[in-house]
Amino acid sequence: MPHSISPETDNQNMDTVEETMADAPAKNDESQEGDNDITMEETNTLPGVVKEEEKMDVKLEEILAAADSDDEFPSSAPEPVRMNAADPEVMRTFYQRFFPWRYLFQWLNHSPTPTNDFGHREFAFTLQGDIYSRYNSFPSADLLRKDVLRLLPSRFEIGPVYTTNPRDRKTLRNSSAFKPLSKELCFDIDLTDYDDIRTCCDKANICNRCWQFITMAIKVVDVALREDFGFKHIMWVYSGRRGAHAWVCDKKARTMDDQKRRSIAGYLEVIRGGAQSGKKVNVWRPLHPHLSRSLNILAPHFQEDVLEAQDPWASSERAEHLLSLLPDKALNESLRKKWDSSPGRASTSKWADIDSLARSGGGSKNLDTKALLDAKQDIVLEYTYPRLDIEVSKKLNHLLKSPFVVHPGTGRVCVPIDTRKLEDFDPLGVPTVQGLLEEIDSWKGDDEDGSEDKAKNLQDWEKTSLRPYVEYFRSFVLALMKDERDPKIKREREEGQAMEF
Amino acid sequence: MLRQDINRIDPKRRNVVDYRKKQFAEPTYKETEYPHRLNFYETPPTADITLEQFEQWAIDRLRVLAELEACSFRNYSPAETAAHMKPLLEKYLPLDSNSSSSTKLSAERQKDHYSHFILRLAFASTEDLRRRFSRVETTLFRLRLAEDTARERNAFIQSLNLDWEPVAEDERNKYFAELSATSGSRKGEEETAWYKVDWERVPDLVEARRVFLRAGKAYVPSKELPSMVTAEFTKRLDRALELTARALPRLDEDDRLTPILDHLSKNFVTPDAGYFSSAVAGAEITARNIDNLSSHFPLCMQHLHRSLRRDAHLKHYGRLQYSLFLKGIGLNLEESLIFWRTSFHKITDDTFNKEYRYQVRYAYGDVGGDSNRRGGGSSPFSCQKILMEHPPGPGEAHGCPYRHFNLENLTSLLQQVGVSDRSVLQGVKEDKENQKFHMACNRVFEYVHKNELKKAKDEGIMTAAELETIVHPNKYFERSYLLKNLGKSNNGDDVKMEGF
Ligand SMILES: [Zn+2]
Repeated sequence: MPHSISPETDNQNMDTVEETMADAPAKNDESQEGDNDITMEETNTLPGVVKEEEKMDVKLEEILAAADSDDEFPSSAPEPVRMNAADPEVMRTFYQRFFPWRYLFQWLNHSPTPTNDFGHREFAFTLQGDIYSRYNSFPSADLLRKDVLRLLPSRFEIGPVYTTNPRDRKTLRNSSAFKPLSKELCFDIDLTDYDDIRTCCDKANICNRCWQFITMAIKVVDVALREDFGFKHIMWVYSGRRGAHAWVCDKKARTMDDQKRRSIAGYLEVIRGGAQSGKKVNVWRPLHPHLSRSLNILAPHFQEDVLEAQDPWASSERAEHLLSLLPDKALNESLRKKWDSSPGRASTSKWADIDSLARSGGGSKNLDTKALLDAKQDIVLEYTYPRLDIEVSKKLNHLLKSPFVVHPGTGRVCVPIDTRKLEDFDPLGVPTVQGLLEEIDSWKGDDEDGSEDKAKNLQDWEKTSLRPYVEYFRSFVLALMKDERDPKIKREREEGQAMEF
Repeated sequence: MLRQDINRIDPKRRNVVDYRKKQFAEPTYKETEYPHRLNFYETPPTADITLEQFEQWAIDRLRVLAELEACSFRNYSPAETAAHMKPLLEKYLPLDSNSSSSTKLSAERQKDHYSHFILRLAFASTEDLRRRFSRVETTLFRLRLAEDTARERNAFIQSLNLDWEPVAEDERNKYFAELSATSGSRKGEEETAWYKVDWERVPDLVEARRVFLRAGKAYVPSKELPSMVTAEFTKRLDRALELTARALPRLDEDDRLTPILDHLSKNFVTPDAGYFSSAVAGAEITARNIDNLSSHFPLCMQHLHRSLRRDAHLKHYGRLQYSLFLKGIGLNLEESLIFWRTSFHKITDDTFNKEYRYQVRYAYGDVGGDSNRRGGGSSPFSCQKILMEHPPGPGEAHGCPYRHFNLENLTSLLQQVGVSDRSVLQGVKEDKENQKFHMACNRVFEYVHKNELKKAKDEGIMTAAELETIVHPNKYFERSYLLKNLGKSNNGDDVKMEGF
């Protein structure tokens, strides 16, 4: 799993720097539909080939621009090799100029002035040569930034807040005094878990068609967390390649023990079992309100994004899987006959055939319509309901990749996803580290009022396409800090009153 | 005198738990009244009881708890457990309902109340004991709650003053569809009452999607009340046990109570499988006799013994599992040290003293912290522990062969110890496939002792209860030894709870 590290419970033999297997960046991130997804290796080494193959590609201009603009770089700019996202120099520039340290600090600290929420928080770095360094902690955002600039990790992860400073864990006389106290409730959805139902791409590849699975998953999980559990501060973050993470930051969520995390995970988990397990959905009737609500959300996606876009039962082999999920043998026989006689029949039609044949007496004499309806609901759920990597959610001390780091394979920044404009989110269009370097180099400061003074006050990220994402993050963090602060103010006020008497 | 002894718990608990009320609390020692059959055990007892009662009541409760734990290990369903426990509960810990005609209600409830607190004191010392005590007490509570009449149960729940907000009618109407989807009731029986609680209070119901959730509140149908009450019972008991544990070191040593408490906790360590007695009458349990005795050992211990003889060494968990077993059959510390020293014949005295001696002494409670000494060291592993904890790695000989060996190696080991009957091996294979490892072990036991078992049954020497499924290696040894020596020893009575 690329962005989830199993919790390390035994810290006796932990060294500050540990080696683990870092996931190898997938070599080929190019999708089949020419949907403007180009790996950086290609832009560097094979621009000509890309140009010829990616006809009408919106990225073409950028590639040409990148090639052309090499000459225009100021002499201080790094060599063109910097275009590799794994290049330490690229990462240095990124961390120095673009990474929103201040908001990351406020996000984790819940207050503008440093507290243990930040100081006792574990950071884990993935360093050059697949070295994995755990239990780092920092008193302030600036010290974190300094260390990141010194070590230039290809990415870093965020762990829990501990009872004591993680760096001091070995000097404690009593090792049981070092315990994780709190961490955001996290969710991880990854498109590789959809490989048995998506037909457009597989493995590390994604396109905008299969991204819809993530879109519907976010809708279903987000609404459950808000309406059912009452959480307010939920941030969804693009994982940089083929999935999304959720960070539930409410204080109530952060302080939950593993049992509570497990029960939320269980509440949300519907799809169970691996490739060989057959029926993956087994739910009680009547459907739990969470499930009927989810079905309402998912039904239109099932029609458009699954049946039409994925055509999941095109082959007779896949159609057999559909039949295996239907309860009436006689009806299955009629369906099989019909589909065999019209090869290539679209999944949309096949889905409609179920009802029409059932209605016209294609099923057994005493066809159980209730069982058929239930089975159809289960099928909709199997093909649309979020597939969560539930282990990430169950453990308080699980680490998860930080927002705004760069995915080393794609160069894309792990930006937050604005759920108000969820449908508009384009995973292939998010800023890449290479793109950002170009944008900042070509920035003239003339987009709005062109005032020199204003331009000087701008942060580098404000001059690039990263801006809306950082601004979204900022407003998220401000709202979170406000909620954390308010109870305190109230208490102080009460105490103040008591003093007067 | 004794009254004060029991009160040792009382003021301290009140200090911690009810510090706010402390100034208002009246230190009266009036008779506790028991309006309800069930008890949340929130108030420690205050009245006088005799030393005899103190011990007897605790032992009686311990029998019940030990048997409950055995039921859970045998995977009994709640109904099976209830049926199995009924005669035991009637004998040792009867608890009649208000509506019964019993004249002993108060006495029964007092015994239930006191015995709970005595055992709480005895079993607060280690985390393991606390966890197990909490688990079986919860099982007992759940069982009793289930057999309460609806009216008495509701009266009891009302008396607890739990802050569960009843769902008002307008809200019930507003969420009519959602609530009926989660009521889980069969047609005909309409759920009418709902309670609203923070969802964190009912994590199990949330996880299983058995409650409707809205804005962090769980809407719990009244039929789920027993499970909520039980969860609350466990939560409070766990907290109370923590507090008792912290208070323990401060308790004055009492010459008469300390040995009783020690003894109780020691015997709770093993009853896991209903296993109480350690020494078997008439057996010569010495270092030099272990080779002879090993024919009575269950397969796991035979394997450890054979590995030890073959390699003159056992790794850590193997030493632990085996030395505690030997301690359980009655090998004393001195003999144990001799046994291990002579068994590890390839190493020097110096190495032995440096690396192994301490562990043996620790197992006997001869060294280690207060709680280790108080508990008499570690207790022999039950089958459950051997099956569930620390599966053996490469080069390790501990664990349960029925679980941790592959079929081929298991069959070969069984043949080496003389079990080659095809139908038995076939049965073991099926048990293993069905993950019924203790069934396999009992199957082998029955085969090896088939003649003796027949005799014992025919002559009525051992009762059915004494021939129940073995779920503890020490029980295996004990029963094996007794059966093989049926003619020599007088009868099976020697086995009974001699520890007390
Ligand atoms: Zn795709």
